Amino acid sequence: MSAAKVRVLVCESTACLSSKSHEIRSDLEREVRRLGLQGRVEVGFTGCHGFCQIGPIVVVEPEGILYCRVKPADAGEIAESFQDGGRPVERLFYRHPVTKEAVPRYEDIVFYKKQRRVILRNCGLIDPERIEDYEERGGYGALRKAVTSMTPEQVVDEVKRAGLRGRGGAGFPTWAKWDICRRQPGDEKYVIANANESAPGAFMDRSLLEADPHTVIEGLALLGFAVGAHRGYLYCRAEYSLAAQRARRALEQAAGKGYLGRGIFGSSFDFDVEIFEGGGTFVSGEETALLSSLEGSRNMPRPRPPYPAVRGLWGKPTIIDNVKTLASVPPIISEGAAWYAAIGNGGARGTTVFALTGKVANTGIAEVPLGTPLSTLIYEIGGGVPGKKGLKAVQTGGPSGGFLPGNKIEIPLDFDALQAAGSIMGSSGVMVMDEGTCLVDACRTFLGFVQSESCGKCVACRVGTRHMLGLLDKIAEGTAAEDDLVRLEKLATIVRDSSLCGLGKTAPLPVLTALKYFRSEFIAHVVDKRCPAAVCRDLITFRIIPDRCTGCRMCVKVCPTGAISGPRSQPHNLDQSKCIKCRACYEVCKFDAVAGEAIIIVS
Amino acid sequence: MAGATSHFSRADIRDRRRSLLPLLKKIHETEGYLSQESIGRLAVDLRMSENEIYGVATFYPQFRFTPPGKYHIQVCLGNACHVGGAPNFMTGMEIERGLGDGQTSADGMISLEGVGCLGCCAMAPVVLVNGELHGRMNRVTFMKLVDELVPREEGS
Repeated sequence: MSAAKVRVLVCESTACLSSKSHEIRSDLEREVRRLGLQGRVEVGFTGCHGFCQIGPIVVVEPEGILYCRVKPADAGEIAESFQDGGRPVERLFYRHPVTKEAVPRYEDIVFYKKQRRVILRNCGLIDPERIEDYEERGGYGALRKAVTSMTPEQVVDEVKRAGLRGRGGAGFPTWAKWDICRRQPGDEKYVIANANESAPGAFMDRSLLEADPHTVIEGLALLGFAVGAHRGYLYCRAEYSLAAQRARRALEQAAGKGYLGRGIFGSSFDFDVEIFEGGGTFVSGEETALLSSLEGSRNMPRPRPPYPAVRGLWGKPTIIDNVKTLASVPPIISEGAAWYAAIGNGGARGTTVFALTGKVANTGIAEVPLGTPLSTLIYEIGGGVPGKKGLKAVQTGGPSGGFLPGNKIEIPLDFDALQAAGSIMGSSGVMVMDEGTCLVDACRTFLGFVQSESCGKCVACRVGTRHMLGLLDKIAEGTAAEDDLVRLEKLATIVRDSSLCGLGKTAPLPVLTALKYFRSEFIAHVVDKRCPAAVCRDLITFRIIPDRCTGCRMCVKVCPTGAISGPRSQPHNLDQSKCIKCRACYEVCKFDAVAGEAIIIVS
Repeated sequence: MAGATSHFSRADIRDRRRSLLPLLKKIHETEGYLSQESIGRLAVDLRMSENEIYGVATFYPQFRFTPPGKYHIQVCLGNACHVGGAPNFMTGMEIERGLGDGQTSADGMISLEGVGCLGCCAMAPVVLVNGELHGRMNRVTFMKLVDELVPREEGS
């Protein structure tokens, strides 16, 4: 094998696989063989690169060339570029969304340039199904170091000095709960990696497990060593079948190499990991609910204290950590606490991964140092808000996070600053909304989600969220009175303050922050009976602009109720009494019709 | 209760309970849904009451209790897909096919289910058909996809 061997790596994560990236790989393999290049070109695959929007992604190493939106039909051209004198396929380069300039190299793309990857350090660089790739990048070195040369106290102390806080949302100091658990008597303790990522808009835990499962396993083993547990569980959401499959394979390989099992690295430390596929409910990400689920019950949270670190699974001391927290641990141990603590701005330490979605030019997952301003994430990594409508609000922390208005986006992304602004770090989802978003409708959607996921154990959450939703329905339908806003705010405060678990405590945050920062929009719904963003169905009408309509009859064809009529080549007529506001005509006009955008929505 | 289980050790009971969810999942995968018969069998095997099993199973939205159609369509209703117009897919099916959330068509060809975020937000709105993902849909392309799978019957 020559040193100049070219590696072509096809991204095979859930998003890219949905665009047939497995076919790209098999076509590439075939084309490489056809051209007789198999001696110097190796075709492989990786997990998620995080920039799913431009997928499927193919990376060529060692040059670091990135091809985006690759189709199986492009395989031949890519393979030919490896022939003598061949040139990279310029057509498939990433183009800057504004300047349209071609950016051939991975590391020059702004989306990646501004990131600092610690948790995702191997994602997109290694084959997740080959333990050798992980080992080559220092994998299991931290576990070796800890088990052979450190005491459990030293591991906990290292994590303490690194300043690591839980990446699952609450931001509890990781070392503190480890230390409590470590001090518990007895030999039966459990450690759990929480990958029950069910918050809409968050997909980094899945990406991490799909791209680099060994990091999580190593972090879990380190946790086991630190607290004195011999059994770990990886609690993976049931819908994430690929993640579970790759993790399962990684476990077999790790056991085969002696990184798991009995007497790891010749020490007396025994550790095994089992995968548990959970039931896909939002609440089971809550640590005590997760325990109930593992025990085979309905996953309902339990009151704390006692904290799981004292009495958890089967009543034994248990630590539950998010997979991102665990993935941060191996680098802390191998590079040292001082190295980790130097990352981050302001008081916050380390990095965290955000899932950037919504109305932003670049969507995907991005890892930045904590304390990075939200504006950097949206305008530099995210590439700004596309289209003519400007930024309206940003929601951080998933469906139960608060909305931040456009003038607050200089806020540093860390646990305390976000909380002070009324939002949360939560699941680290960042949803960008433009002027076309109605905050009443957004609140209704998010609360609708949380309400349906409420487990029903405590009254505040079960009954409170239902009534909040009822009030929001009234507002969106234009039947609410002004004192309903006061009632909604009061109820939201009660639910926040008296719910049992994090789900109920955070569920009212979207409503509370929307009422705080965007009250005028609520008043427009309640007093003027109009929806300024033209979203709420009961307050809008669809109109055809006769001057723009070319009479192509596309909308006539898609209208399910026959509300649109008119002969070909003449402006159509829309019968409001028949219109059910299903948007079919609007969408077909916008995307497929000859004239385009002849149908508008007004309020 | 204590009398009925006294000749089993706590660990036995614990292991049985713990295997409940994985077993439900397995049955669901192989049979496509949880039938009354399979829950009855599981109750005998695990020495649990059917009620207890239903209590757990119905808590998790992933389990269905009616057989799915030949084409099982799952519409992601997560935030990004919602903003992208996914709820319109559901109303489209309701209006044009008379099929609501969780229902299966009379001929057993299509079943429709609204699901929580599938984590493919960068491709929103997304739809799964028998587990195969279709991204960046709109109402028109979605209805076209359904029509291609199962052509509409004449006169219906």
